[in-house]
Order: sequence, then structure tokens, then C-alpha cells
Amino acid sequence: MNLGPHATFIIAAYAIAALVVIGLILWVEIDNRMQRQQLAKLKEQGMTRRSAKSGEKPAESAA
Amino acid sequence: MALIDLANPTRFLNLAHRMLPWLAEITAAVFAIGLYLTYGAPDDYQQGATVKIMFIHVPSAWLGMFCWGLMSLAALGTLVWRHPLADVAAKAAAPIGAAFTFLCLVTGSLWGRPMWGTYWVWDARLTSVLILFLMYLGVIALWRTVEDPSRAARAVAILTLVGAINLPIIKWSVDWWNTLHQPASVLKLGGPSIYPTILIPLLVMALAFTLLFVTLHIAAMGNEILRRRVRSLMLMQAQSAPGSGA
Repeated sequence: MNLGPHATFIIAAYAIAALVVIGLILWVEIDNRMQRQQLAKLKEQGMTRRSAKSGEKPAESAA
Repeated sequence: MALIDLANPTRFLNLAHRMLPWLAEITAAVFAIGLYLTYGAPDDYQQGATVKIMFIHVPSAWLGMFCWGLMSLAALGTLVWRHPLADVAAKAAAPIGAAFTFLCLVTGSLWGRPMWGTYWVWDARLTSVLILFLMYLGVIALWRTVEDPSRAARAVAILTLVGAINLPIIKWSVDWWNTLHQPASVLKLGGPSIYPTILIPLLVMALAFTLLFVTLHIAAMGNEILRRRVRSLMLMQAQSAPGSGA
């Protein structure tokens, strides 16, 4: 594929787009692992949510 | 499952857990098709091969604006209906919208240099998109500044609704003021003015970016729900600790 005299700009644009997309995916994945690790640690220490103890019921807050 | 059932964070997490692998695979497949079509798209008669930058620049711009629109709806959900997932959706969307707006600005600069002879001009379209990016940063900073998520949500909701004024300004800036940026060529009265060999790859890439946004947003909402559970458990732990007075 011949990208002409402005190939550098085109390649740079796609490279930055790839970096941003990979960065977003990594951010979501790493954050997920961190939150799950923290929840597991709290569970080990005996901390559980009231709704988890008494069976799930519709919650009023995201917590 | 009724839509109202998704108001329960646990049900949302379960549904997200089932949907995310499928969404990720569909997104990757649509990206593969989009990139293949982009590779085969002809050069523009004026802009040459630099038109390929449009296939990432335009979807990024659309999503940067769409994401703020979504946050505005979520802001209404927080302030009017007090939906339990509205502020979760708003908080999870902000970094993703900021990333797409940043990508729009950077790819626009890289497209502008060979076409306009400059990376940047302070014209209405470019400046209003830069303001959108700065507003995203402001919203992210506000979420991090106020520790209590429900208090932060109300402040962020108001800021988001005020910032929504910028969306029509971005859209019609190219019609209202003289600008280096070209006028709308896809979403306009009378239909698109782009030839199908370029329009189809653009629409497929726009679909791929939108699917990516949906996938990342659902995953980030799940993370935010987990973060709030961690926070409430840590508060419970602190209150039950000896000497806490609870």
C-alpha cells in the first residue's frame, strides 16, 4: 500500500489510535483485577455485604 | 428480564459478565472488517491517502460527543429519577469519552498539518472540541475530589448538564462561523456527500468504535460497582474496629 508523501502522519495517527485503545482496555482490565483482589481480601477478613448474607434483593444503591 | 431489573447492581453485574465476552468478540470482528475496508479504500482526489485518517478521526469525534450526551442523560437519571446506576454510568463513561476526544484532537492535528499546513488553529470547531476535552478532565477531577460518590454525583450531574450546551456548538460551529474545518458531510440534510467507497469503510469503523465504547463502558460500570462495594465494606470495617465508637 502506497501512503504517498504524508505516510508519516497517517501511520502516526493509527499508531496513536492503537495506543489509546490498548490503554483503555488495559485500564478496564487492571481496574477489574484490583477491585476483585480488594473484595477477596475483605472477604478473607470476614467482611461481607448484608445483601450477600441474607440473599440478594433489589438494591437501592450501587454499593 | 425487564429493563427496570437492571437497576439492581448485582443483576447488572451478572448480565455484564455474560455479555462482555460476546461483545468483545463482535467488536474485534467489526474492527477487522473495518480495517480491511479502510486498507482497500481509494485515495481522495484532493487529500490523497491522508483521507485514511478520517476513518479514525470522525468516529472518535462522534463518540466524544455521544459520550457526553450519554453522561447528560445519566445526569438527568441522577438528579430527576435517582436511578441507582445513573451516576455509575456517568462516572464510568467520563475517562472513555476523554480518551476518544483526545484521539479526535490528535488525529485531527495530524490530518491538519499536511492538508492545512498547520497542526492547530483557534477556530470554532477545534476550540469547542478542545473545550469538550477540558470539560471531561474537569468531570474526572470532580469525581476524584469529592469522596462521597452520591455527593460527587450531584455536583458532576450539574456540571455535565451545563457542559451539554457545548454539543450543539460543536455540531454547528462549522455552519455558524468561518472555519478551516470542513462542513458536515455525513450527518446532514440531503444525505451524505461522501462517495460510497469511502463512506462504507467510515460507517463500519464508526460501528466498530461504537461497539468498543459499549464494551468498555459496560466493563467500566462493573468495575465502578465493585469499587463502591469495596468502599462500603471498608467503611463497615472501620466502624466495627475497636475504638471507632460505632
